[in-house]
Amino acid sequence: MRYIDEYRDPKIAQALVDRIAQRATRQWVIMEICGGQTHTLMRYGIDELIGKQVELVHGPGCPVCVTPIEVVDKAVEIASRPDVIFVSYGDMLRVPGTRCDLFRVKAEGGDVRIAYSPMEAVKIARKNPDKKVVFFGIGFETTAPANAMAVWKAREEGLTNFSELVSHVLVPPAIRLLLNSPTNRVQGFIAPGHVCTVMGYWEYKALVDEYAVPIVVGGFEPVDLLEAIAMLVDQLEAGHAEVQNQYVRSVTYIGNQPAQKIVENVFEVADRKWRGIGTIPQSGLRLRPEFAAYDAEKIFGVESRHADEPAECISSQVLQGLKKPVDCPAFATRCSPERPLGAPMVSAEGACSAYYQYRRHAAELVCVP
Amino acid sequence: MSVLTPSCPIIIPVKDHVSLGHGSGGKLSAQLMRDVFLPAFTNETLARLDDQAVLIVNGTRIAFTTDSFVVKPLFFPGGDIGSLAVHGTINDLAMGGAQPLFLSCAFIIEEGFPMEKLRRIAASLGRAAEACGVKVVTGDTKVVDKGSGDGVFINTTGIGLVPNNLFLSASEARPGDAVILSGYIGDHGIAILAEREGLEFETAIESDSAALHTLVAEMLDTTRAIRVLRDPTRGGVSSSLNEIAQQSGVGIILDEQAIPVRDEVRGACEMLGLDPLYVANEGKLLSIVDPAVADDLVATMRRHPLGRDARRIGTVTAKDPGWVTMRTLLGTTRIVDMLAGDQLPRIC
Repeated sequence: MRYIDEYRDPKIAQALVDRIAQRATRQWVIMEICGGQTHTLMRYGIDELIGKQVELVHGPGCPVCVTPIEVVDKAVEIASRPDVIFVSYGDMLRVPGTRCDLFRVKAEGGDVRIAYSPMEAVKIARKNPDKKVVFFGIGFETTAPANAMAVWKAREEGLTNFSELVSHVLVPPAIRLLLNSPTNRVQGFIAPGHVCTVMGYWEYKALVDEYAVPIVVGGFEPVDLLEAIAMLVDQLEAGHAEVQNQYVRSVTYIGNQPAQKIVENVFEVADRKWRGIGTIPQSGLRLRPEFAAYDAEKIFGVESRHADEPAECISSQVLQGLKKPVDCPAFATRCSPERPLGAPMVSAEGACSAYYQYRRHAAELVCVP
Repeated sequence: MSVLTPSCPIIIPVKDHVSLGHGSGGKLSAQLMRDVFLPAFTNETLARLDDQAVLIVNGTRIAFTTDSFVVKPLFFPGGDIGSLAVHGTINDLAMGGAQPLFLSCAFIIEEGFPMEKLRRIAASLGRAAEACGVKVVTGDTKVVDKGSGDGVFINTTGIGLVPNNLFLSASEARPGDAVILSGYIGDHGIAILAEREGLEFETAIESDSAALHTLVAEMLDTTRAIRVLRDPTRGGVSSSLNEIAQQSGVGIILDEQAIPVRDEVRGACEMLGLDPLYVANEGKLLSIVDPAVADDLVATMRRHPLGRDARRIGTVTAKDPGWVTMRTLLGTTRIVDMLAGDQLPRIC
């Protein structure tokens, strides 16, 4: 299959593994930002192949994982109302809030539906004028244009029964937070290819210049990631720091400008809390005041909810690359995808979940006392 | 030691309600069996947890099984709920090595369901049974209030005869055995999903719904060194293999390169963030066999229309009992886990 097979080719992958081994004179610490990339690295065991030359640490780029617990609580509260049809991307349904997850709301009789696109929620609103239809608008820059477009369309059509519960986050402020941390170990970043397909990679130039840290935009297949790592190792060994693009078949420097425009028209940048990390200034998006009529938090009066995360969870250290999932005493014992204690175990793309799903076996063999 | 600290805010009482995940064929389904049904019905035959019970009546070995069908949509590319209700139950008999003989058929119909559709479903069920050489000899009909069902649910129960010297069970796999798969995986699950969600692909994906008893008969004519047969329905290939690994107390290692997935199914899975190893099949079988007969058996299967793409996909090992692992395309090893519930489409 085109665009898939060549990026999973064992020969090309081995050539890149060899190139990394030849170039690296020491072990470098590299972080992949996106959960989709973490998933691929674990699924194909890439850390096994290049472990001597590169320590891979896993970034905060799983949108499901970083959605704060109180936002899930708000979703649960809204979805439990009899007058509401609550529509969400599939993998948000299993994320635990304080009391329960959205699956539980569905089991208790709530009308909770999975959609592949927010436009489906707009369609549902059109068909059900007697119900309030709420879309769970979460994600990074990748999902922001579609979520913005749904609100835009709803207003254009004059729909008064559609709203969004918005909890959008942005990648560059999270990288800045990591780089500002006194305990930072990361020496190079693989930037998220899907986010950059929308946003381009001009935003990362400022980070490279300010912190002298190399950043390479990477794709999601094994060869993409090995190539991005090889490009980072080349830069690190040469003492360079620039932003480079490995994912050229999808990403341009300026990105998708119509998509950026619709995001700008509907959303504005705001402070945002990240599950496992805390509040990061100017790190999220919220609906602009002129779209307040589509803001589910305002419509249902749930703005002021607050909730704490389990104290035992070490996700803040995992998401900053300070610890590996297997370093957690609760990993695969008190914390599993069926009963997650914290953010990175809740979605398939979270770092803990990826270790659990693909590498728990190796971890158990290594960690048995 | 307490499982969670008292201050932990996310103690989720997952056990006090049935969720959709309990019907997914994954870990939650296994939990439901273990916690609710096995203790209630406890007996040796059920405890084997095979797809069918094999009973000895006056010296004759009879395979007995039942299955309920709640598929949505009722009509899909490659079949409908009627033909599926025949194939599913026949396959459960066939996986015990049985020659299927008779079916029962119970319809639970929602008030207001169009008679024309019911006729089509009944006719399809009848045609499928006839094509398989089985008779529907008894049945039942119930009608429930509008809103209490979802169109039509069907239950079929089947019986068949098992040869005297044949013992197939998910607990019979032994280290060194070969793992054989009869063809492309994921067709049924993706066909249903595409139809239900209105997803359009360049090439329509058809369900593989088919009765496998004639393929099994030819396999058993070739060799009796078959230890396990399983049809990887809900939960897919990975759930069936995990069950075999656990019930036999063995490890199973798969070769990623050997697992056949059609381009259309792969494309749909890539797009939706699903793994074909967990997607349902309705016309495929997994076989665990003595390695000495594996090549002959694959050759036999390939001569049958439902086994044309059969191949060896892995090996049973003594190492890592209870685990299914996979040698990836890059030569590394990863776990092929059993999912808790259904696979969920990813956000991005």
